[in-house]
Amino acid sequence: MSTPPAASEYRRREQSITLSPLQEQLEAGSAGGEDQTQELLTLNFGPHHPATHGVLRLLVTLRGEVVHDIKPIVGYVHTGIEKTAEDKSYWKVIPVIERMDYLAYHFNALAYIGAVEQLAEVVVPTRAEYLRVIHLELNRIMSHLVWLGTSALDLGAISMFWYCFREREQILDLFEFSTGQRMHTRYFQIGGVAEDIPAGWAQKLREFVKRMPNSLDQYGDILNSNEIVLQRLRGTCPLDSETLLSLGVTGPLLRAAGNPWDLRKAAPYSAYADFDFKIPVGTVGDNYDRYAVRMAEMYESVKIIDQALAGLPEGPYITTDRKVALPPRHELATSMEALIHHFKLVTEGLRVPPGEYYNAIEGPRGELGCFVRSDGSSKPARVHMRDPSFVNLQAFSRMAEGAYIADMIATLAMLDPILGGIDR
Amino acid sequence: MEVKREPIDAHALRVRHQTARQLLRGGEIEGLTPAIELERNEDFELERHVEERVLTTTLDKAVAWARSNSFFPATFGLACCAIEMMSIVAARVDVARFGFEAFRASPRQADLLILSGRVSIKMAPIVRRIYDQMLEPKWAISMGACCSSMGVFNNYSLVPADKFMPIDVHVPGCPPRPEALMHGVLKLRKMVQDHPDMGWRERYDAVGTEETLRGA
Amino acid sequence: MPDATGLELIRQELGDAALDTSFLHERAVLEVRAERVRDVLAALRLKGYAFLASLHGVDYYPHEPRLGVLYELLDMARVDRISVKVRVSSERPLLDSIVPDGEGPDGEGDGHVGWPAANFQEREVYDMFGVVFRDHPDLRRILMPEDYEGNPQRRDFPVGGEPIVFTYNESPVLEGSE
Repeated sequence: MSTPPAASEYRRREQSITLSPLQEQLEAGSAGGEDQTQELLTLNFGPHHPATHGVLRLLVTLRGEVVHDIKPIVGYVHTGIEKTAEDKSYWKVIPVIERMDYLAYHFNALAYIGAVEQLAEVVVPTRAEYLRVIHLELNRIMSHLVWLGTSALDLGAISMFWYCFREREQILDLFEFSTGQRMHTRYFQIGGVAEDIPAGWAQKLREFVKRMPNSLDQYGDILNSNEIVLQRLRGTCPLDSETLLSLGVTGPLLRAAGNPWDLRKAAPYSAYADFDFKIPVGTVGDNYDRYAVRMAEMYESVKIIDQALAGLPEGPYITTDRKVALPPRHELATSMEALIHHFKLVTEGLRVPPGEYYNAIEGPRGELGCFVRSDGSSKPARVHMRDPSFVNLQAFSRMAEGAYIADMIATLAMLDPILGGIDR
Repeated sequence: MEVKREPIDAHALRVRHQTARQLLRGGEIEGLTPAIELERNEDFELERHVEERVLTTTLDKAVAWARSNSFFPATFGLACCAIEMMSIVAARVDVARFGFEAFRASPRQADLLILSGRVSIKMAPIVRRIYDQMLEPKWAISMGACCSSMGVFNNYSLVPADKFMPIDVHVPGCPPRPEALMHGVLKLRKMVQDHPDMGWRERYDAVGTEETLRGA
Repeated sequence: MPDATGLELIRQELGDAALDTSFLHERAVLEVRAERVRDVLAALRLKGYAFLASLHGVDYYPHEPRLGVLYELLDMARVDRISVKVRVSSERPLLDSIVPDGEGPDGEGDGHVGWPAANFQEREVYDMFGVVFRDHPDLRRILMPEDYEGNPQRRDFPVGGEPIVFTYNESPVLEGSE
């Protein structure tokens, strides 16, 4: 880092009439050996900026146009979700916890619900697991579509935004059909899913599955061999797999660097062991690999949905354990026990035996973990979400060191940070 | 306020209008051929006839009409509601139909702040600063439950937007559907059209607090 | 997950650094002394648990020592998870940070390789619980504003929020806010 010149030097230069202070500085400083022609400039990419995905504040130290160091400052959308979750009963935590990583709401819900189900030792019926997998993979595709649309917007390929959101609307139509809400659906419940799929949903999903690969082909045609995309993404900001692992990075970023770590294959949860799909892996770990890995993941997700829909078994959609899940409405008229269970569940909530559990699933951005500590009452004593974007952001500075500002923006887009998850 | 496209005989129209008024007042007209005979019910139709064909308005209303049809929203997506705000720019619920698709990145060029998402206490001063940097006339829509009230999260870290800035329209929902946000924006448009002098200064009794640049 | 016997073997190897083990729902939790956390993590890293999946805090109020920090380690080769739990009291919430590399044997440090993944996560525990991590490269509040007072995630910190106005408390609430 160069030292700024003394005040007397400034005064002398102010009074001089030379029009080339840089030349002067060069002559004065060439004997010193230190590169005095450039100072470090610290620029604030404020929380309100069109290129930061959400309210991320970056203090970027620049040497000319080359990035020297990046300090991310987060916390601008900190919502106190974990504290609110301690105040509500287990069932009511689900809508709160869903709003953490707001593009992967089913994943948030499953991470939390999986932990509670382990603590309460609840068995989830297979039909519910398959429905969960379908919704999770639809959510993964939707999250990647938003990523693709906004990243292409950052790079300048503005029309991709409309194409991606067109597909996203189709997915949200499916969500609305089955769950009633477009976002934050509260569909996953402890013990299964909230409701069975309505008639006609499977047909609509089948049509979507048939159409989606063609749309993905379209996006690939537009972007994959595009000259500008190649120049901006290929070879920029690579980071190798060991450094990423030491920084705690998982997900498409790690897979782009060549490490095929995916919790869906390594430690299968829910019904993923029943499906046949591949894990796309990159080679170099530069921005183009990160982009290509996510594009390929969308194809694989469509395959999973296809298999899950084809193999959807009959059965209950939520556990029959009445201490955990609400009884069906028609039973309330005839069974006293059902009435009592309903009353207890709605007013007090379910009681979970004391214990601690950390449940990790593979979210669209990496390992999404949820730590739940229960003290035997009907409210959790601690809920902590290990969000992948929070940990992945630590690698951003290492990735963008030595790159131009434009490459830094492209890297931020390929990093896919979701500030709701980072700040919780 | 549309102008019909048939050719207008302006002179004849003026004459008809004048004579109609005079007849209504009960006077006699001199020097006019009795061919201009007006039916009684035609007198009342005439006003409407004229108004339909000629753009008559005050300057205020015209300016309000122009302003309301060209909001420039500032890109201010905070959290989940931002995704639904992006959805109104997308093709299904197309905000460009109404002329609002020009989202400006700089608050100096924007006049509508769509606060979409949860405002944490760390972010509140920044939101206020962005709002202050916008030039008059400016409006604010609070989108979603979190900034209108506290929303799902009623805790230490959130601030409802009403506490630090004046909001014109609150759009409830968590997140509000794109159609709901569109409804909110159109409501604001109607508010601005109908009340050209409406501004937060009138509502909050802060008239006289405008700052003007000195000199220049 | 190391099964119960594997966990006991690990505990024996660690000697007096380990305080307690628990094996619940097929997850191994190892409770260790606060001052030995770096050594324990280094030993587990040699065993293969080289990935720090999560570092989070828990408040065990009213049981003392109150503040707990959990380190979730993952062995990617064998797909094993183990949790290391450390508890410190709220009067003296000091822990060694695992972020920096320890210096070599001739330096002052313990020679253990650091875990850079813990950087933001230790800052979050500092912010939310008040646990001070010694030698952390940049210990500042990360989620709350820099000048905030209090540690929100502690159990005795109130949830806060605005009072909800119903008909029965409309006058007191609205008058109080004027």
